[in-house]
Amino acid sequence: MEKTISLIRERIRDGNARVVTAEEMPSLVDELGEEGALREVDVVTTGTFGAMCSSGAFLNFGHADPPIKMERIWLNDVEAYGGIAAVDAYIGATQKSTTREDSYGGAHVMEDFISGKSVELRALSTGTDCYPRRTLTTELLLENLNQAIMVNPRNGYQRYNAASNSTDRTLYTYMGMLLPNCGNITYSGAGLLNPIMNDPNLRMIGSGVPAFLCGAPGMVVGEGTQHSPGGGFGTLMVTADMKQMSPYYLRAATMTGYGVTLYVGLGIPIPVLDRETVRSTAIRDEDIMVDVIDYGVPVRSRPSLRKVSYAELKSGVVELQGEEVRTSSLSSYRRAREIALTVRSWVEEGKLVPVLPTRTIDSRKSVLPLRETVQGPRVLDIMDRRVIAIGQDEEIRAAARKLLKGETNHLPVLEESGRLVGIVTTYDISKAVVNPVKAAKVRDVMKKKVITTTPEEPVDIAVRKLEKYNISALPVVDREERVIGMLTAMDLGKLFGGRWLK
Amino acid sequence: MKLIVTFSRKAGKKPIIAQVVRDTGVLINVERALIDSSEGEALIDIPDNACIVVKERLAALGATVRVLEDVIFLDDTRCVDCGACISICPQEVFSFDEDWKLSMEGKKCVLCGRCIEICPQRALSHKSEA
Repeated sequence: MEKTISLIRERIRDGNARVVTAEEMPSLVDELGEEGALREVDVVTTGTFGAMCSSGAFLNFGHADPPIKMERIWLNDVEAYGGIAAVDAYIGATQKSTTREDSYGGAHVMEDFISGKSVELRALSTGTDCYPRRTLTTELLLENLNQAIMVNPRNGYQRYNAASNSTDRTLYTYMGMLLPNCGNITYSGAGLLNPIMNDPNLRMIGSGVPAFLCGAPGMVVGEGTQHSPGGGFGTLMVTADMKQMSPYYLRAATMTGYGVTLYVGLGIPIPVLDRETVRSTAIRDEDIMVDVIDYGVPVRSRPSLRKVSYAELKSGVVELQGEEVRTSSLSSYRRAREIALTVRSWVEEGKLVPVLPTRTIDSRKSVLPLRETVQGPRVLDIMDRRVIAIGQDEEIRAAARKLLKGETNHLPVLEESGRLVGIVTTYDISKAVVNPVKAAKVRDVMKKKVITTTPEEPVDIAVRKLEKYNISALPVVDREERVIGMLTAMDLGKLFGGRWLK
Repeated sequence: MKLIVTFSRKAGKKPIIAQVVRDTGVLINVERALIDSSEGEALIDIPDNACIVVKERLAALGATVRVLEDVIFLDDTRCVDCGACISICPQEVFSFDEDWKLSMEGKKCVLCGRCIEICPQRALSHKSEA
């Protein structure tokens, strides 16, 4: 049996449609069977509420007198993109305030507007014959704008990998605080309530399909940026009128150490036309698998520590490398559920009536990484190839002499085979000279835990290590842990005026 | 029950918590301590019925003692029940109830401040600031 979209629309109009949330669907299918569920259920509603950085809104301010072509625009000191005509702007969620940094950004501007707060607009222009004015400052409420149209380039990720951290220091990421030694796991997403998860082949979700967006009735524009359904990571571009939104379903947030983001509420009703839709909307958390990614490794393809289901993540504890590790959700399942329920009543009331896509979204494509034509500097480009090292059984005096003669402040300590086993600094040696009784040999004062870099490592990653550990030099080691150079804060000076600054 | 003990170290480095344990026989759990050369502050956990005897002994040794009340404040209007705080709390203060609402057992809190630092909605604060 198959049903038509017009039958479903008719049932909604007549008040006879059976609408259920994606959370209710699995047990319904168990109870009625696929054919029975197809006959019974007309629409399945989905919902998700979480951090979606790729969000923002087009604003039209109206013309001032005398008129100005706004070239640079700030809203509460958050810069908005003004390269679109005279009085239009795009405010992006993650743009930081020039005065308040991480505690205020584009997301906060949007939340303030929607909450009815006044926002200060400042604009600059070079002035033209038709737009003579050069500066403008005014206070605006959302109702003073002609349009405030949210257009989010990438929302509703089908699923998102979970995060952990195998290093020995805490990381602050867009996936929240990651404790050292895989001390916790964070994840984001509504699992079985996720819109695309309930229609992974994108047969019912496509351009023109109605959607709940931050409390407003809106719609799907089409595929989102970085859409990668081939690997199970589809995304959507969505839009709605900000004037109809509610601050309950749109929240500015700050991920400590990462920056500003926007919590977006999104829900899409899926019409149940055939058995394939019955099957896809009966998905359970047990069926949705993601990788636990190690954010301790600073490369694009970070390694996976294991695969895990949403059911395990939601249970609060996941086994990782033989340990029970607690999990944190970053999105709100409670609010996702409220959205799916709201969409259910909106469909029942005829406020959000399903249609078929006017243009379908590719359900197979995969995302490409950035094509990089210019290689950034690597450690080997700027490292100091002179290695002045010392053995661990040498006297403190010998180390002091080497430091003086070598005009360096750091001595890598090597064992007989040449392998790096420690490091001593001018400070360590001076301290040992002042307190000679306590230490006689280099091995007594050396730091055994050495932070190192490799010749192939991008300089930016090495600099991050210097900053993070508050040190001023890194031994450069090869695969056998032999020291082949040193990277010191002084070497970083080579980056200036060189070929790396174009 | 949790007590905040502050003491000066200017007169010398006296092991006052160890001293109290020995004098009173009460087993004290030090949950957090910040001690430098001139002063110290420790958050200790003791059985409720030992409160008076421990407090008196600490005071006699020159320390200032105050009882730690529920100190983490959750702003319900900001909290979206995401759960970012759950896994980073060393004391397991936070959990979800059966409706995925965030619930909090303030009594377990040792004021480490991690949750306040990382709450994406900035919904958590020290009670004194609220």
